[in-house]
Amino acid sequence: MTKRQKRMAAVAALVAGLALAAVFGFTAFRKNMMYFYTPTDIVEHKVADNARLRLGGLVTVGSLKRGDGLNVEFTLADCEKSLPVRYDGILPDLFREGQGIVATGQMKDGVFVADEVLAKHDENYMPPELAKSLKTADGRHSCAPFKSVMQAAN
Amino acid sequence: MNWTWFHRLGSPPSFYRFAGRLAPWLGGLGLLLLAYGWYAGLVLAPPDYQQKDAFRIIYVHVPAAAVSLSLYVLMALAGAVALIWRMKLAEAVMVATAPVGASFTALALVTGMLWGKPMWGAYWVWDARLTAELVLLFLYCGVIGLNAAFDDARAGARACALLAIVGLVNVPIVHFSVEWWNSLHQGSTILKFGKPAISADMAWPLYAGLLATYCLCGHAILRRAQNELLLRERNTRWVRELATELGGGARVS
Amino acid sequence: MSPEFWKMGGYALYVWGSFGIAAGIYLWNLIAPRLRRRAILETLLDDE
Repeated sequence: MTKRQKRMAAVAALVAGLALAAVFGFTAFRKNMMYFYTPTDIVEHKVADNARLRLGGLVTVGSLKRGDGLNVEFTLADCEKSLPVRYDGILPDLFREGQGIVATGQMKDGVFVADEVLAKHDENYMPPELAKSLKTADGRHSCAPFKSVMQAAN
Repeated sequence: MNWTWFHRLGSPPSFYRFAGRLAPWLGGLGLLLLAYGWYAGLVLAPPDYQQKDAFRIIYVHVPAAAVSLSLYVLMALAGAVALIWRMKLAEAVMVATAPVGASFTALALVTGMLWGKPMWGAYWVWDARLTAELVLLFLYCGVIGLNAAFDDARAGARACALLAIVGLVNVPIVHFSVEWWNSLHQGSTILKFGKPAISADMAWPLYAGLLATYCLCGHAILRRAQNELLLRERNTRWVRELATELGGGARVS
Repeated sequence: MSPEFWKMGGYALYVWGSFGIAAGIYLWNLIAPRLRRRAILETLLDDE
């Protein structure tokens, strides 16, 4: 082996070792890298009661009720389960029925009480006329990006 | 294996001339495409059905984010070549790429924040995509800082190459973060196959802007690599001849 | 351009802010290598 071949082998070994370490590391910590839980996680797996967490899902169409002041109540759903959510505060511009959102808060008597709501829009961009002609668009988003953390970890 | 062709390609004076000829074309083409891309993106493209005019930030955010990853791969590859073949040109390209990549990583982060505030409702969240992109900026800054800390350019380049290669693991993490983990950031638009993720009149300015940004990055890297070669080869005859030729002319005028 | 265009549907600050910062970064990438080249050539001449 020449010196150059030795250096080549060393660089290849470094890259391979790092890749392997990264794969093991991220498989082990997959759950911790998730930005939010989904309604399925809370309904089926009971993520520690009263824990403060982020909950992501789609605002169910027809579920939005506006109360006094800024108070709103709505249902948040992933592809399988749904949960009632209560929030008192300023909503992002994109908030509406059918929209993906991520709410921060905790469970209280079967209701998720949020103190922050962020909008999670999708990767599709189109003019309004086109959106109207597509049934799936215009405020109705896919539930696919809201994956259960607990199912992924198992 | 015979590597002479490789060494001839990497000869500093011939690369210097090659870069000097190519750079103006890349710069000119890049500026033209950018002018079209920005004009079409700001004026011709219709507002988005959902995000209205705020979606136009995509025309600066996506090209910046795309080159931030591509340039990192280029930097690490140049670093690997520099480590294995001890090639001065590869060292020059690696050192030249770092500031360009860092500037576009910073741009991707800042424009992302300016897009996130009106659409998501927050400038910053610690989700996987945003955090990994911030790590990318730190890696670029690490390479720049490490290079500056060494007096000996060749020893500095070896240290930078190692850091660049180690940091390479972060690149797939940035790219796939939105698929591997739940995140607030949406999935990829332009690399999504199948159903249309973006309508054509919105997509063309984006493609133009992407190509423009790659051209302008190429221009900046060639120019910076030329500078690095001048410094690294300052005691050779070709650089001294070039300096008297260019500098002498500048002093007379 | 109409005033409506500059308002960007109420997102003027974010859209123009993004494009303004982007213009700065693109410009810096064009100019910085040129300035550095000038500085390098000057030191090379002084060395002689």
